[in-house]
Parts: sequence; structure tokens; C-alpha cells
Amino acid sequence: MALRPERQAPPEVFYNEREARKYTTSSRIVEIQAKLTERALELLALPEDGVPRLLLDIGCGSGLSGETLTENGHHWIGMDISDSMIDIALEREVDGDLLISDIGQGLGFRPGSLDGAISISAVQWLCNADKSCNDPRARLKAFFSSLYKCLARGARAVLQIYPENSQQLEMISTAAMRVGFSGGLVVDYPHSSRAKKYFLCLLCGPPSVNSVLPKAIGEDGGSDSDDDSDEEENGTVDVSERQRPAKRPKNGKKIKGKAWLLKKKEQRRNKGVPNVPRDTKYTGRKRKARF
Amino acid sequence: MRLLTHNMLTCNIKGVTKGFPLSIEVQKLETKETDFNPDFLKNIFPKLEWKAFHDAALSVGLNDIPEQVDPVMLEDSEFLQKFHHALLEVHLEEGALICPETGRRFPVSKGVPNMLLHEDEV
Repeated sequence: MALRPERQAPPEVFYNEREARKYTTSSRIVEIQAKLTERALELLALPEDGVPRLLLDIGCGSGLSGETLTENGHHWIGMDISDSMIDIALEREVDGDLLISDIGQGLGFRPGSLDGAISISAVQWLCNADKSCNDPRARLKAFFSSLYKCLARGARAVLQIYPENSQQLEMISTAAMRVGFSGGLVVDYPHSSRAKKYFLCLLCGPPSVNSVLPKAIGEDGGSDSDDDSDEEENGTVDVSERQRPAKRPKNGKKIKGKAWLLKKKEQRRNKGVPNVPRDTKYTGRKRKARF
Repeated sequence: MRLLTHNMLTCNIKGVTKGFPLSIEVQKLETKETDFNPDFLKNIFPKLEWKAFHDAALSVGLNDIPEQVDPVMLEDSEFLQKFHHALLEVHLEEGALICPETGRRFPVSKGVPNMLLHEDEV
């Protein structure tokens, strides 16, 4: 299994034209992105009055998540650092406005101008130090403080992330809390290693009655039964598989035993191969160490 | 890029205190029709910097946006139509955005402004 994309190259390099196209033509990714966006919108808890809002899509990529926002009737502004991804978004004629921008440099929006923000699988990229001038902590701080500023009072930001490990998760959430956000982490399907999803739900402004964190999906029951069926139901990607090393045969377990050997020898005899050794009590045994 | 986005965008260079509004340099404009939704317009109205919006509308050649507005005007459907057209239907396709303080040029190509900063501007 390949390395995490974050480990391979900076985002503007990794998502080159080929990778961007691959990302957008994979029906699996398209479906997962749509589901994650639906869930993020649900967590965003916008008032249900049917009025379209102005949302920000952080790391919009080729506009897969934006399409779901449009379907829900909202106006959105998408930003991404990869121009190849933006090019694909243009080809797909998405409805939102697009910007090429590095979120680690801060978001350049007027204070209080946005009704909410979502981000699907993007923020963990900030934890990388790709260049000597990139300090992950400084970049996270720039990102979160400018996000806090540009959100309207009482607005929320829902950031879905794939953290590499618990330190990274903690680094991201501490950076968010330090600039004044309240809220916290919602983990969907916490018992399943494959379907587990982290949503960082951030609330702008002081805690109020409305600021109770939404409940995670699949928190109780059934999740330890079978991970695979769990994944099929939810159709989600998993963090752990990306880190899993290449498959290795399990130690101590013979793959080809005596029965297999006897069968093969029989087959060769039937085929008429000369000099097939005869079957004895020694067939298929390991040689002694003295050899 | 629509004027809606322009009204929210500021220049993000380190040390710039008032990077708003970015002035618009037009090379090519495009008009794309969008669904008219008065609720959205009423909702977004208090968030807009009207003067910046008026100036931006002028620079893309729309001179029917009044300089002064009153929330009462939001009941007038003729005004709403003009407002809708300027805010959501006129797209800046090619050109540039210019920071009022430093004069830094952010190029706009294929409707996408490039807001990436250089290392020394962060």
C-alpha cells in the first residue's frame, strides 16, 4: 500500500494534472467526498430556513465537495493550492468561485464575512514542513486565526481530517482552540478502524445553548462485529489502510504442506514427467540442520 | 470570480492593515445566468461593504448600482434584479486584483484569482 499522499510531496506538487484527474474520475472517491460533505453540512447545523448561505470550502480541490454544497442550494467560495485541481474544477463548471491560495498563509477574507466553512481531507496537509520556511505550527496558527476572523459570529467550521497519528490530531485541535474556537472533535464510527472519521467542529464566539456538539454516528453497538461490512455500509475510506505495510506471509504457518506436495507429484506422474521422486515417509519434511 | 467574492476578499500580505477593497483591472468579463433568490440577497446585504460593491460594479461597467442604499430598497424588485445581476452574474474572467496599500497585483486567469503570496510576504 502506498505512503500517505502527505508524505510524498507538497500538495501543489502531489496533485499534478495526472493525480488531479485520477482523483476526480474515481467514482469511489467521488462518492466518499459527497458523503463526507453531506455529513459536514449536517454538522455545520445551518438554520433550516431554506435561505442560501455563503460558505467557504477550504481545500476545495476539483470541486467535488462544492457540488454537494450547490445541490443544497448554497453559494460557496472554494480555495485550493493546486492549480491542476482548480483546472479540473473549471472543466467541470462548478458553481462556486475559485481561488488559488495557500491556507497556511492565512485566509484573506473580510472579518465576519462568511456564514460557515467546511473542509474535506485538507487540513492535515498543514502539518507538513515541505520547505525550510514552512513551520507547521506557524502555518496552523495563521490558518486558524484568519478562519476565526472571517467567520460570522456564531458560525461554525467543520473540518474533516485524516490525521497521521494522535500527536498530529492534538497539534491541529490545540492550534484551533488557542485562537479562540470552542467546540471539539466528533469521531464517526469510533470503534471501526476503517470507517472511522474525524470531524473537527469549531464554533466561533462564546459557547452558548446552541453550541452543544453533535453526536457522532455509530458510537454505540455493532461496530466491533465486522469491520468490512461496516465499511461497505458506509462506503468510506480509511486512515489505517493507507499506512499499512505491504502484505507479508504470516510467520509459522506453512503455505504449502505435504498434501499439496503429494498432489503436485501425482500430477507430474500422470503427465509423464520422468524421474519424479517416489512418495516416502520423508516426503515434505524439513531437512535436518546439519545440512 | 463574482463581485460577491470580490467584496469578501482582502489582501493578506504581512503588515498590510487595510487590504480592502482590491481594485479591479478588467481584461475580459463574462455573464452567466444564476437563479434569482431574494432571500439570499436580503441575507447577504448586511454583510456587504456597499461602497466597495458600488465601486467594483462601476469598474466592471455597471452604473445602475446606487451609491447610497437603504434596507427599504430591498423590497423593490427592480432594484433586487440589478443587485442580483451585479453580485452574482457578472464574472471577471481575465484581469487582475490590486492591493490598495501595496499595489501588489494578483492576476486573475480563467476566472480564478491567484492569491498565493511569495515567501517574503508571509
